[in-house]
Amino acid sequence: MNTQMSWVNKLSVTLGFMFLYVPMVIVVIYSFNKSKLVTIWGGWSIKWYGELARNEAFLSSAIISFKIALVVATLAVILGAMAAFVLVRAGRFWGRTLFSALIYAPLVMPPVITGLSMLLLFIGVNLDRGMNTIIIAQTTLAISFVAVVIASRLLSYDQALDEAALDLGATHFETFRLVTLPIIAPAVISGWLLAFSMSLDDLVIASFTSGPNATTLPLRLYSTVRSGVSPQINALSTIVIAIVSLGMLSAWLITVRSHRRMQANEGIAD
Amino acid sequence: MNKRRAILIFIPFAWLLIFFAVPLFMAFKISLSHSVTAIPPYAPTFGLSEGWAGFKDALSRLTLDNYRFLISDSLYLKAYLSSVGVALKATILTLLVGYPMAYGMARATPQTRMVLLFLVILPFWTSFLVRIYSWIGILSNEGMLNQLFMFLGLTDGPIKMLNTPFAIYIGIIYAYLPFMVLPLYATLEKMDLSLNEAAMDLGCSRPKAFWLVTVPLSLPGIVAGCFLVFIPAIGEFVIPTLLGGSSKLMIGKVLFEEFFSNRDWPLAAAVAVVLLLLLVVPIVLFQRSQEFEQNKELQR
Repeated sequence: MNTQMSWVNKLSVTLGFMFLYVPMVIVVIYSFNKSKLVTIWGGWSIKWYGELARNEAFLSSAIISFKIALVVATLAVILGAMAAFVLVRAGRFWGRTLFSALIYAPLVMPPVITGLSMLLLFIGVNLDRGMNTIIIAQTTLAISFVAVVIASRLLSYDQALDEAALDLGATHFETFRLVTLPIIAPAVISGWLLAFSMSLDDLVIASFTSGPNATTLPLRLYSTVRSGVSPQINALSTIVIAIVSLGMLSAWLITVRSHRRMQANEGIAD
Repeated sequence: MNKRRAILIFIPFAWLLIFFAVPLFMAFKISLSHSVTAIPPYAPTFGLSEGWAGFKDALSRLTLDNYRFLISDSLYLKAYLSSVGVALKATILTLLVGYPMAYGMARATPQTRMVLLFLVILPFWTSFLVRIYSWIGILSNEGMLNQLFMFLGLTDGPIKMLNTPFAIYIGIIYAYLPFMVLPLYATLEKMDLSLNEAAMDLGCSRPKAFWLVTVPLSLPGIVAGCFLVFIPAIGEFVIPTLLGGSSKLMIGKVLFEEFFSNRDWPLAAAVAVVLLLLLVVPIVLFQRSQEFEQNKELQR
Protein backbone atom coordinates (compact mmCIF):
# COMPACT_ATOMS: atom_id res chain seq x y z
CA MET A 1 0.00 0.00 0.00
CA ASN A 2 1.18 3.47 -0.76
CA THR A 3 2.34 5.29 2.33
CA GLN A 4 1.15 8.78 1.53
CA MET A 5 -1.37 10.06 4.03
CA SER A 6 -3.52 12.79 2.56
CA TRP A 7 -4.83 15.47 4.91
CA VAL A 8 -8.22 13.69 4.88
CA ASN A 9 -6.53 10.50 6.11
CA LYS A 10 -4.68 12.39 8.79
CA LEU A 11 -7.82 14.17 9.90
CA SER A 12 -9.93 10.99 10.13
CA VAL A 13 -7.21 9.12 12.02
CA THR A 14 -6.74 12.05 14.42
CA LEU A 15 -10.47 12.44 15.05
CA GLY A 16 -10.92 8.70 15.50
CA PHE A 17 -8.17 8.46 18.09
CA MET A 18 -9.38 11.59 19.85
CA PHE A 19 -12.77 9.93 20.17
CA LEU A 20 -11.12 6.81 21.63
CA TYR A 21 -8.80 8.58 24.05
CA VAL A 22 -10.27 11.93 25.15
CA PRO A 23 -12.88 10.36 27.49
CA MET A 24 -10.18 8.36 29.25
CA VAL A 25 -7.86 11.35 29.46
CA ILE A 26 -10.66 13.38 31.06
CA VAL A 27 -11.17 10.68 33.70
CA VAL A 28 -7.44 10.65 34.44
CA ILE A 29 -7.23 14.44 34.72
CA TYR A 30 -10.30 14.73 36.94
CA SER A 31 -9.00 12.04 39.27
CA PHE A 32 -6.46 14.70 40.37
CA ASN A 33 -9.19 17.28 40.94
CA LYS A 34 -9.15 18.87 44.39
CA SER A 35 -12.85 19.74 44.29
CA LYS A 36 -15.42 17.30 45.57
CA LEU A 37 -17.73 18.41 42.77
CA VAL A 38 -16.79 16.20 39.89
CA THR A 39 -17.54 18.71 37.17
CA ILE A 40 -15.78 21.75 38.62
CA TRP A 41 -12.03 22.07 38.57
CA GLY A 42 -10.59 23.03 41.94
CA GLY A 43 -6.85 22.60 41.42
CA TRP A 44 -4.54 19.59 41.54
CA SER A 45 -4.62 17.10 44.39
CA ILE A 46 -3.98 13.42 45.03
CA LYS A 47 -6.34 13.18 47.98
CA TRP A 48 -8.81 10.86 46.20
CA TYR A 49 -6.09 8.26 45.84
CA GLY A 50 -5.60 8.44 49.59
CA GLU A 51 -9.32 8.01 50.16
CA LEU A 52 -9.36 5.10 47.73
CA ALA A 53 -6.50 3.41 49.58
CA ARG A 54 -8.50 3.68 52.81
CA ASN A 55 -11.68 2.33 51.20
CA GLU A 56 -11.88 -1.17 52.69
CA ALA A 57 -14.72 -2.28 50.42
CA PHE A 58 -12.82 -1.53 47.24
CA LEU A 59 -9.61 -3.03 48.57
CA SER A 60 -11.19 -6.31 49.55
CA SER A 61 -13.02 -6.48 46.22
CA ALA A 62 -9.77 -5.84 44.36
CA ILE A 63 -8.11 -8.70 46.26
CA ILE A 64 -11.03 -11.04 45.51
CA SER A 65 -10.91 -10.09 41.83
CA PHE A 66 -7.18 -10.69 41.58
CA LYS A 67 -7.42 -14.08 43.25
CA ILE A 68 -10.25 -15.13 40.95
CA ALA A 69 -8.46 -13.83 37.84
CA LEU A 70 -5.25 -15.72 38.72
CA VAL A 71 -7.09 -19.03 39.09
CA VAL A 72 -9.29 -18.44 36.04
CA ALA A 73 -6.37 -17.52 33.79
CA THR A 74 -4.33 -20.55 34.87
CA LEU A 75 -7.20 -23.02 34.56
CA ALA A 76 -8.29 -21.54 31.24
CA VAL A 77 -4.78 -21.75 29.80
CA ILE A 78 -4.45 -25.42 30.73
CA LEU A 79 -7.89 -26.39 29.42
CA GLY A 80 -7.71 -24.01 26.47
CA ALA A 81 -4.32 -25.33 25.39
CA MET A 82 -5.68 -28.88 25.55
CA ALA A 83 -8.67 -27.81 23.48
CA ALA A 84 -6.37 -26.12 20.96
CA PHE A 85 -4.31 -29.30 20.56
CA VAL A 86 -7.53 -31.26 20.05
CA LEU A 87 -8.75 -28.79 17.42
CA VAL A 88 -5.51 -28.73 15.47
CA ARG A 89 -3.93 -32.14 15.99
CA ALA A 90 -6.42 -34.75 17.17
CA GLY A 91 -7.81 -35.48 13.71
CA ARG A 92 -11.25 -37.03 13.49
CA PHE A 93 -13.01 -38.43 16.51
CA TRP A 94 -16.54 -39.09 17.59
CA GLY A 95 -18.22 -35.79 18.51
CA ARG A 96 -15.67 -33.57 16.80
CA THR A 97 -18.31 -31.25 15.32
CA LEU A 98 -19.92 -30.85 18.74
CA PHE A 99 -16.49 -30.20 20.24
CA SER A 100 -15.70 -27.32 17.89
CA ALA A 101 -19.21 -25.95 18.34
CA LEU A 102 -18.62 -25.93 22.11
CA ILE A 103 -15.37 -24.01 21.56
CA TYR A 104 -16.76 -21.41 19.17
CA ALA A 105 -20.24 -20.86 20.60
CA PRO A 106 -19.13 -19.09 23.83
CA LEU A 107 -17.21 -16.56 21.72
CA VAL A 108 -20.42 -15.15 20.30
CA MET A 109 -22.89 -15.99 23.06
CA PRO A 110 -24.18 -12.90 24.89
CA PRO A 111 -22.85 -13.03 28.46
CA VAL A 112 -26.36 -12.54 29.86
CA ILE A 113 -27.31 -15.96 28.46
CA THR A 114 -24.13 -17.70 29.58
CA GLY A 115 -24.42 -16.18 33.05
CA LEU A 116 -28.07 -17.01 33.47
CA SER A 117 -27.77 -20.63 32.36
CA MET A 118 -24.64 -21.09 34.47
CA LEU A 119 -26.54 -19.93 37.53
CA LEU A 120 -29.42 -22.28 36.78
CA LEU A 121 -26.93 -25.15 36.75
CA PHE A 122 -25.41 -24.12 40.08
CA ILE A 123 -28.87 -23.84 41.65
CA GLY A 124 -29.88 -27.17 40.10
CA VAL A 125 -26.98 -29.03 41.70
CA ASN A 126 -27.16 -27.01 44.91
CA LEU A 127 -23.69 -25.50 44.69
CA ASP A 128 -23.16 -22.58 47.09
CA ARG A 129 -22.45 -19.44 45.15
CA GLY A 130 -19.23 -17.58 45.77
CA MET A 131 -15.70 -17.41 44.43
CA ASN A 132 -15.77 -21.00 43.17
CA THR A 133 -18.83 -20.55 41.03
CA ILE A 134 -17.44 -17.33 39.53
CA ILE A 135 -14.21 -19.17 38.75
CA ILE A 136 -16.02 -22.04 37.03
CA ALA A 137 -18.22 -19.69 34.98
CA GLN A 138 -15.45 -17.34 33.88
CA THR A 139 -13.08 -20.22 33.11
CA THR A 140 -15.69 -21.82 30.84
CA LEU A 141 -15.92 -18.63 28.81
CA ALA A 142 -12.16 -17.99 28.80
CA ILE A 143 -11.31 -21.51 27.53
CA SER A 144 -12.72 -20.62 24.12
CA PHE A 145 -10.69 -17.45 23.78
CA VAL A 146 -7.47 -19.13 24.91
CA ALA A 147 -8.11 -22.09 22.60
CA VAL A 148 -8.52 -19.82 19.58
CA VAL A 149 -5.32 -17.89 20.38
CA ILE A 150 -3.22 -21.04 20.89
CA ALA A 151 -4.81 -22.93 17.97
CA SER A 152 -3.86 -20.17 15.55
CA ARG A 153 -0.24 -20.54 16.67
CA LEU A 154 -0.36 -24.35 16.41
CA LEU A 155 -1.62 -24.16 12.83
CA SER A 156 1.73 -22.78 11.66
CA TYR A 157 3.75 -25.08 13.93
CA ASP A 158 6.16 -27.42 12.18
CA GLN A 159 5.42 -30.87 13.61
CA ALA A 160 8.72 -32.20 12.24
CA LEU A 161 10.34 -30.52 15.26
CA ASP A 162 8.39 -32.77 17.64
CA GLU A 163 9.13 -35.85 15.55
CA ALA A 164 12.84 -35.00 15.58
CA ALA A 165 12.81 -34.74 19.38
CA LEU A 166 10.98 -38.06 19.68
CA ASP A 167 13.42 -39.73 17.24
CA LEU A 168 16.30 -38.47 19.34
CA GLY A 169 14.90 -40.29 22.34
CA ALA A 170 12.85 -37.67 24.16
CA THR A 171 9.66 -38.86 25.85
CA HIS A 172 6.34 -37.29 24.90
CA PHE A 173 6.41 -35.17 28.02
CA GLU A 174 10.00 -34.03 27.44
CA THR A 175 9.17 -33.16 23.85
CA PHE A 176 6.25 -31.06 25.01
CA ARG A 177 8.23 -29.35 27.78
CA LEU A 178 11.48 -28.75 25.88
CA VAL A 179 10.33 -28.27 22.29
CA THR A 180 6.63 -27.55 21.84
CA LEU A 181 5.99 -25.36 24.87
CA PRO A 182 8.91 -22.94 24.37
CA ILE A 183 7.84 -22.41 20.76
CA ILE A 184 4.18 -21.76 21.50
CA ALA A 185 5.00 -19.85 24.72
CA PRO A 186 4.11 -16.39 23.31
CA ALA A 187 0.63 -17.64 22.40
CA VAL A 188 0.25 -19.31 25.80
CA ILE A 189 1.27 -16.11 27.57
CA SER A 190 -1.08 -13.92 25.54
CA GLY A 191 -3.86 -16.45 26.15
CA TRP A 192 -3.18 -16.26 29.87
CA LEU A 193 -3.19 -12.46 29.84
CA LEU A 194 -6.39 -12.39 27.80
CA ALA A 195 -8.15 -14.72 30.25
CA PHE A 196 -6.77 -12.72 33.19
CA SER A 197 -8.00 -9.38 31.90
CA MET A 198 -11.36 -10.83 30.84
CA SER A 199 -11.87 -12.17 34.33
CA LEU A 200 -10.86 -8.87 35.96
CA ASP A 201 -13.26 -7.03 33.69
CA ASP A 202 -16.25 -9.36 33.79
CA LEU A 203 -19.42 -7.88 35.25
CA VAL A 204 -22.33 -9.76 33.71
CA ILE A 205 -21.30 -13.35 34.39
CA ALA A 206 -20.08 -12.45 37.86
CA SER A 207 -23.39 -10.80 38.75
CA PHE A 208 -25.21 -14.04 38.02
CA THR A 209 -22.76 -16.41 39.66
CA SER A 210 -21.40 -14.50 42.66
CA GLY A 211 -22.53 -15.01 46.21
CA PRO A 212 -22.73 -12.77 49.27
CA ASN A 213 -19.03 -13.01 50.11
CA ALA A 214 -17.65 -12.65 46.63
CA THR A 215 -18.20 -9.08 45.47
CA THR A 216 -15.64 -8.63 42.72
CA LEU A 217 -14.23 -5.24 41.76
CA PRO A 218 -16.48 -4.80 38.67
CA LEU A 219 -19.54 -5.66 40.77
CA ARG A 220 -18.56 -3.08 43.39
CA LEU A 221 -17.66 -0.55 40.70
CA TYR A 222 -20.95 -1.07 38.92
CA SER A 223 -23.11 -0.54 41.98
CA THR A 224 -21.16 2.64 42.81
CA VAL A 225 -21.21 3.95 39.25
CA ARG A 226 -24.98 3.54 39.01
CA SER A 227 -25.30 6.38 41.49
CA GLY A 228 -23.18 8.68 39.34
CA VAL A 229 -19.66 9.99 38.91
CA SER A 230 -17.38 10.24 41.93
CA PRO A 231 -13.78 11.39 42.30
CA GLN A 232 -12.82 8.09 43.97
CA ILE A 233 -14.05 6.14 40.95
CA ASN A 234 -12.03 8.47 38.73
CA ALA A 235 -8.96 7.59 40.78
CA LEU A 236 -9.71 3.87 40.57
CA SER A 237 -10.27 4.12 36.81
CA THR A 238 -6.97 5.94 36.44
CA ILE A 239 -5.16 3.15 38.25
CA VAL A 240 -6.80 0.57 35.97
CA ILE A 241 -5.89 2.57 32.86
CA ALA A 242 -2.31 3.02 34.08
CA ILE A 243 -1.80 -0.68 34.82
CA VAL A 244 -3.25 -1.79 31.48
CA SER A 245 -1.27 0.81 29.51
CA LEU A 246 2.03 -0.03 31.20
CA GLY A 247 1.48 -3.78 30.80
CA MET A 248 0.51 -3.46 27.15
CA LEU A 249 3.32 -1.06 26.40
CA SER A 250 5.98 -3.35 27.85
CA ALA A 251 4.49 -6.39 26.10
CA TRP A 252 4.50 -4.44 22.85
CA LEU A 253 8.07 -3.25 23.25
CA ILE A 254 9.22 -6.82 23.98
CA THR A 255 7.47 -8.10 20.84
CA VAL A 256 8.90 -5.33 18.69
CA ARG A 257 12.40 -5.97 20.00
CA SER A 258 12.25 -9.75 19.54
CA HIS A 259 10.83 -9.15 16.06
CA ARG A 260 13.80 -6.89 15.23
CA ARG A 261 16.23 -9.45 16.65
CA MET A 262 14.64 -12.18 14.55
CA GLN A 263 14.96 -10.04 11.46
CA ALA A 264 18.59 -9.29 12.31
CA ASN A 265 19.32 -13.02 12.75
CA GLU A 266 17.72 -13.78 9.43
CA GLY A 267 19.94 -11.11 7.91
CA ILE A 268 23.02 -12.90 9.27
CA ALA A 269 21.77 -16.25 7.97
CA ASP A 270 21.44 -14.81 4.49
CA MET B 1 -0.53 -42.86 22.51
CA ASN B 2 -4.22 -43.44 21.99
CA LYS B 3 -4.88 -43.25 25.69
CA ARG B 4 -3.05 -39.93 25.81
CA ARG B 5 -5.18 -38.65 22.96
CA ALA B 6 -8.38 -39.83 24.62
CA ILE B 7 -7.51 -38.00 27.86
CA LEU B 8 -6.56 -34.87 25.91
CA ILE B 9 -9.94 -34.88 24.22
CA PHE B 10 -11.95 -35.95 27.24
CA ILE B 11 -10.96 -33.27 29.78
CA PRO B 12 -11.85 -30.08 27.86
CA PHE B 13 -14.79 -31.83 26.21
CA ALA B 14 -16.27 -32.85 29.54
CA TRP B 15 -15.70 -29.39 31.04
CA LEU B 16 -17.48 -27.65 28.16
CA LEU B 17 -20.32 -30.16 28.12
CA ILE B 18 -20.95 -29.88 31.85
CA PHE B 19 -20.48 -26.13 32.21
CA PHE B 20 -21.66 -24.85 28.85
CA ALA B 21 -23.99 -27.30 27.09
CA VAL B 22 -25.82 -28.67 30.13
CA PRO B 23 -26.59 -25.18 31.56
CA LEU B 24 -28.06 -24.10 28.22
CA PHE B 25 -30.21 -27.19 28.20
CA MET B 26 -31.31 -26.44 31.76
CA ALA B 27 -32.21 -22.88 30.81
CA PHE B 28 -34.35 -24.32 28.04
CA LYS B 29 -36.01 -26.74 30.42
CA ILE B 30 -36.71 -24.08 33.04
CA SER B 31 -38.18 -21.81 30.36
CA LEU B 32 -40.90 -24.48 30.05
CA SER B 33 -41.75 -24.47 33.75
CA HIS B 34 -43.65 -21.89 35.76
CA SER B 35 -42.66 -19.54 38.54
CA VAL B 36 -43.43 -20.46 42.16
CA THR B 37 -42.53 -18.95 45.52
CA ALA B 38 -40.07 -21.58 46.67
CA ILE B 39 -36.44 -22.58 46.41
CA PRO B 40 -35.72 -23.02 43.56
CA PRO B 41 -38.38 -20.55 42.38
CA TYR B 42 -39.75 -22.67 39.57
CA ALA B 43 -41.78 -25.84 39.13
CA PRO B 44 -41.81 -28.67 38.23
CA THR B 45 -38.37 -29.88 39.25
CA PHE B 46 -36.94 -33.15 38.03
CA GLY B 47 -35.73 -35.26 40.92
CA LEU B 48 -34.11 -38.66 40.57
CA SER B 49 -35.82 -39.84 43.76
CA GLU B 50 -39.33 -39.92 42.29
CA GLY B 51 -38.29 -42.39 39.62
CA TRP B 52 -39.79 -42.83 36.17
CA ALA B 53 -43.36 -41.98 37.20
CA GLY B 54 -42.20 -38.74 38.81
CA PHE B 55 -40.25 -37.91 35.69
CA LYS B 56 -43.24 -38.48 33.45
CA ASP B 57 -45.43 -36.44 35.77
CA ALA B 58 -42.98 -33.52 35.78
CA LEU B 59 -42.66 -33.78 32.01
CA SER B 60 -46.40 -33.47 31.57
CA ARG B 61 -46.47 -30.33 33.70
CA LEU B 62 -44.05 -28.45 31.42
CA THR B 63 -45.80 -25.73 29.45
CA LEU B 64 -45.21 -23.21 26.72
CA ASP B 65 -46.95 -20.55 28.83
CA ASN B 66 -43.86 -18.37 29.13
CA TYR B 67 -43.48 -18.24 25.38
CA ARG B 68 -47.18 -17.46 24.96
CA PHE B 69 -46.73 -14.66 27.46
CA LEU B 70 -43.69 -13.30 25.61
CA ILE B 71 -45.75 -13.09 22.42
CA SER B 72 -48.87 -11.67 24.04
CA ASP B 73 -47.12 -8.96 26.09
CA SER B 74 -46.00 -6.27 23.67
CA LEU B 75 -43.21 -5.18 26.06
CA TYR B 76 -41.03 -8.12 25.08
CA LEU B 77 -41.67 -7.84 21.37
CA LYS B 78 -40.83 -4.15 21.60
CA ALA B 79 -37.65 -4.90 23.53
CA TYR B 80 -36.52 -7.48 20.94
CA LEU B 81 -37.29 -5.18 18.04
CA SER B 82 -35.65 -2.15 19.58
CA SER B 83 -32.55 -4.21 20.48
CA VAL B 84 -32.21 -5.30 16.87
CA GLY B 85 -32.88 -1.74 15.67
CA VAL B 86 -30.37 -0.17 18.05
CA ALA B 87 -27.74 -2.80 17.22
CA LEU B 88 -28.29 -2.30 13.49
CA LYS B 89 -28.07 1.49 13.61
CA ALA B 90 -25.10 1.41 15.98
CA THR B 91 -23.32 -1.02 13.65
CA ILE B 92 -23.76 1.28 10.66
CA LEU B 93 -22.60 4.28 12.68
CA THR B 94 -19.56 2.35 13.91
CA LEU B 95 -18.74 1.45 10.31
CA LEU B 96 -19.00 5.11 9.30
CA VAL B 97 -16.64 6.13 12.11
CA GLY B 98 -14.32 3.15 11.72
CA TYR B 99 -13.87 3.03 7.96
CA PRO B 100 -12.12 6.40 7.47
CA MET B 101 -9.99 5.61 10.51
CA ALA B 102 -8.91 2.18 9.23
CA TYR B 103 -8.38 3.63 5.77
CA GLY B 104 -6.14 6.40 7.09
CA MET B 105 -4.21 3.94 9.27
CA ALA B 106 -3.54 1.66 6.30
CA ARG B 107 -1.90 4.57 4.49
CA ALA B 108 0.49 5.52 7.26
CA THR B 109 4.19 4.60 7.20
CA PRO B 110 4.94 1.10 8.55
CA GLN B 111 6.33 2.49 11.83
CA THR B 112 3.35 4.76 12.41
CA ARG B 113 1.04 1.88 11.52
CA MET B 114 2.52 -0.24 14.33
CA VAL B 115 1.92 2.56 16.83
CA LEU B 116 -1.62 3.23 15.61
CA LEU B 117 -2.45 -0.47 15.70
CA PHE B 118 -1.24 -0.59 19.29
CA LEU B 119 -3.42 2.42 20.12
CA VAL B 120 -6.49 0.69 18.66
CA ILE B 121 -5.88 -2.50 20.63
CA LEU B 122 -5.11 -0.76 23.94
CA PRO B 123 -8.71 0.31 24.76
CA PHE B 124 -9.84 -3.27 24.11
CA TRP B 125 -7.73 -4.37 27.10
CA THR B 126 -8.88 -1.51 29.30
CA SER B 127 -11.84 -2.18 31.53
CA PHE B 128 -15.13 -2.01 29.66
CA LEU B 129 -16.85 -0.54 32.73
CA VAL B 130 -14.24 2.18 33.10
CA ARG B 131 -14.60 3.15 29.46
CA ILE B 132 -18.39 3.34 29.65
CA TYR B 133 -18.14 5.18 32.97
CA SER B 134 -15.94 7.83 31.37
CA TRP B 135 -18.90 8.90 29.22
CA ILE B 136 -21.22 9.53 32.18
CA GLY B 137 -19.11 12.51 33.20
CA ILE B 138 -19.09 13.82 29.64
CA LEU B 139 -22.75 13.42 28.73
CA SER B 140 -24.52 14.32 31.99
CA ASN B 141 -26.38 17.62 32.37
CA GLU B 142 -23.52 19.20 34.30
CA GLY B 143 -21.02 17.27 32.19
CA MET B 144 -18.07 18.33 30.06
CA LEU B 145 -19.99 18.53 26.79
CA ASN B 146 -22.82 20.66 28.16
CA GLN B 147 -20.31 22.97 29.88
CA LEU B 148 -18.53 23.34 26.57
CA PHE B 149 -21.78 24.04 24.70
CA MET B 150 -22.84 26.65 27.22
CA PHE B 151 -19.40 28.25 27.25
CA LEU B 152 -19.55 28.55 23.47
CA GLY B 153 -23.04 29.99 23.78
CA LEU B 154 -24.58 27.25 21.67
CA THR B 155 -27.28 26.64 24.23
CA ASP B 156 -28.67 28.42 27.28
CA GLY B 157 -29.63 25.43 29.37
CA PRO B 158 -28.10 21.94 29.42
CA ILE B 159 -29.12 19.55 26.65
CA LYS B 160 -30.22 16.19 28.00
CA MET B 161 -27.82 13.61 26.56
CA LEU B 162 -27.30 11.05 29.31
CA ASN B 163 -30.21 8.60 29.64
CA THR B 164 -31.20 9.05 26.02
CA PRO B 165 -30.84 6.69 23.02
CA PHE B 166 -28.10 9.05 21.79
CA ALA B 167 -25.95 8.04 24.76
CA ILE B 168 -26.54 4.35 23.99
CA TYR B 169 -25.31 4.83 20.42
CA ILE B 170 -22.25 6.74 21.62
CA GLY B 171 -21.55 3.98 24.14
CA ILE B 172 -21.81 1.15 21.59
CA ILE B 173 -19.71 2.97 18.99
CA TYR B 174 -17.11 3.80 21.60
CA ALA B 175 -16.95 0.31 23.11
CA TYR B 176 -16.93 -1.64 19.84
CA LEU B 177 -14.94 0.66 17.55
CA PRO B 178 -11.75 -1.46 17.86
CA PHE B 179 -13.72 -4.55 16.72
CA MET B 180 -14.71 -2.67 13.60
CA VAL B 181 -11.36 -1.01 12.88
CA LEU B 182 -9.18 -4.13 13.20
CA PRO B 183 -10.78 -6.32 10.48
CA LEU B 184 -11.21 -3.28 8.21
CA TYR B 185 -7.58 -2.35 8.66
CA ALA B 186 -6.51 -5.94 7.94
CA THR B 187 -8.21 -5.95 4.53
CA LEU B 188 -7.32 -2.35 3.62
CA GLU B 189 -3.68 -2.81 4.56
CA LYS B 190 -3.00 -5.67 2.16
CA MET B 191 -4.91 -4.07 -0.69
CA ASP B 192 -3.03 -3.41 -3.91
CA LEU B 193 -3.20 0.34 -4.56
CA SER B 194 -2.21 -0.03 -8.21
CA LEU B 195 -5.76 -1.26 -8.82
CA ASN B 196 -6.97 2.14 -7.71
CA GLU B 197 -4.44 3.89 -9.92
CA ALA B 198 -5.51 1.73 -12.85
CA ALA B 199 -9.14 2.73 -12.29
CA MET B 200 -8.19 6.40 -12.21
CA ASP B 201 -5.98 6.06 -15.29
CA LEU B 202 -8.99 4.61 -17.07
CA GLY B 203 -10.97 7.70 -16.26
CA CYS B 204 -12.56 7.08 -12.86
CA SER B 205 -12.75 10.05 -10.55
CA ARG B 206 -11.20 9.56 -7.11
CA PRO B 207 -14.53 9.07 -5.28
CA LYS B 208 -15.75 6.74 -8.01
CA ALA B 209 -12.56 4.67 -7.86
CA PHE B 210 -12.97 4.46 -4.10
CA TRP B 211 -16.57 3.34 -4.43
CA LEU B 212 -16.00 0.88 -7.30
CA VAL B 213 -12.60 -0.55 -6.31
CA THR B 214 -11.67 0.06 -2.68
CA VAL B 215 -15.06 -0.59 -1.08
CA PRO B 216 -15.75 -3.92 -2.88
CA LEU B 217 -12.22 -5.13 -2.12
CA SER B 218 -12.61 -4.30 1.56
CA LEU B 219 -15.99 -6.04 1.75
CA PRO B 220 -14.67 -9.02 3.79
CA GLY B 221 -13.43 -6.56 6.44
CA ILE B 222 -16.73 -4.67 6.39
CA VAL B 223 -18.71 -7.90 6.84
CA ALA B 224 -16.49 -9.20 9.66
CA GLY B 225 -16.44 -5.84 11.47
CA CYS B 226 -20.21 -5.41 11.23
CA PHE B 227 -20.92 -8.86 12.66
CA LEU B 228 -18.40 -8.33 15.45
CA VAL B 229 -20.28 -5.18 16.49
CA PHE B 230 -23.84 -6.30 15.76
CA ILE B 231 -23.81 -9.64 17.59
CA PRO B 232 -22.64 -8.41 21.01
CA ALA B 233 -24.62 -5.16 20.71
CA ILE B 234 -27.98 -6.99 20.61
CA GLY B 235 -27.53 -8.59 24.03
CA GLU B 236 -25.74 -5.58 25.53
CA PHE B 237 -26.66 -4.88 29.13
CA VAL B 238 -24.11 -2.49 30.66
CA ILE B 239 -24.35 0.30 28.06
CA PRO B 240 -28.17 0.66 28.00
CA THR B 241 -28.28 0.54 31.80
CA LEU B 242 -25.50 3.02 32.58
CA LEU B 243 -25.87 5.42 29.66
CA GLY B 244 -29.41 4.84 28.40
CA GLY B 245 -31.30 4.86 31.70
CA SER B 246 -34.91 3.98 30.99
CA SER B 247 -34.95 5.70 27.61
CA LYS B 248 -34.76 2.57 25.52
CA LEU B 249 -35.88 -0.98 26.11
CA MET B 250 -33.18 -3.48 25.31
CA ILE B 251 -33.55 -7.20 25.70
CA GLY B 252 -30.36 -7.78 27.71
CA LYS B 253 -31.62 -5.31 30.28
CA VAL B 254 -35.13 -6.82 30.31
CA LEU B 255 -33.63 -10.27 30.93
CA PHE B 256 -31.51 -8.93 33.78
CA GLU B 257 -34.44 -7.18 35.42
CA GLU B 258 -36.81 -10.11 34.95
CA PHE B 259 -34.27 -12.24 36.73
CA PHE B 260 -33.00 -10.02 39.54
CA SER B 261 -35.88 -7.62 40.22
CA ASN B 262 -38.97 -9.66 39.39
CA ARG B 263 -37.30 -12.97 40.21
CA ASP B 264 -39.31 -14.69 37.49
CA TRP B 265 -36.70 -17.25 36.48
CA PRO B 266 -38.74 -19.27 34.00
CA LEU B 267 -39.69 -16.12 32.11
CA ALA B 268 -36.08 -14.87 32.16
CA ALA B 269 -34.99 -18.25 30.79
CA ALA B 270 -37.59 -18.00 28.03
CA VAL B 271 -36.33 -14.50 27.16
CA ALA B 272 -32.79 -15.95 26.97
CA VAL B 273 -33.89 -18.81 24.69
CA VAL B 274 -35.64 -16.43 22.31
CA LEU B 275 -32.64 -14.09 22.33
CA LEU B 276 -30.46 -17.04 21.45
CA LEU B 277 -32.75 -18.04 18.57
CA LEU B 278 -32.63 -14.45 17.37
CA LEU B 279 -28.84 -14.58 17.33
CA VAL B 280 -28.52 -17.93 15.59
CA VAL B 281 -29.11 -16.38 12.16
CA PRO B 282 -26.41 -13.67 12.32
CA ILE B 283 -23.97 -16.06 14.03
CA VAL B 284 -24.39 -18.75 11.36
CA LEU B 285 -24.07 -16.13 8.61
CA PHE B 286 -20.90 -14.83 10.25
CA GLN B 287 -19.37 -18.31 10.51
CA ARG B 288 -20.23 -18.99 6.85
CA SER B 289 -18.62 -15.76 5.68
CA GLN B 290 -15.48 -16.49 7.71
CA GLU B 291 -15.21 -20.00 6.27
CA PHE B 292 -15.74 -18.58 2.78
CA GLU B 293 -12.88 -16.12 3.28
CA GLN B 294 -10.62 -18.85 4.66
CA ASN B 295 -11.26 -21.07 1.65
CA LYS B 296 -10.51 -18.17 -0.66
CA GLU B 297 -7.23 -17.61 1.20
CA LEU B 298 -6.34 -21.29 0.85
CA GLN B 299 -7.04 -21.34 -2.86
CA ARG B 300 -4.59 -18.51 -3.46
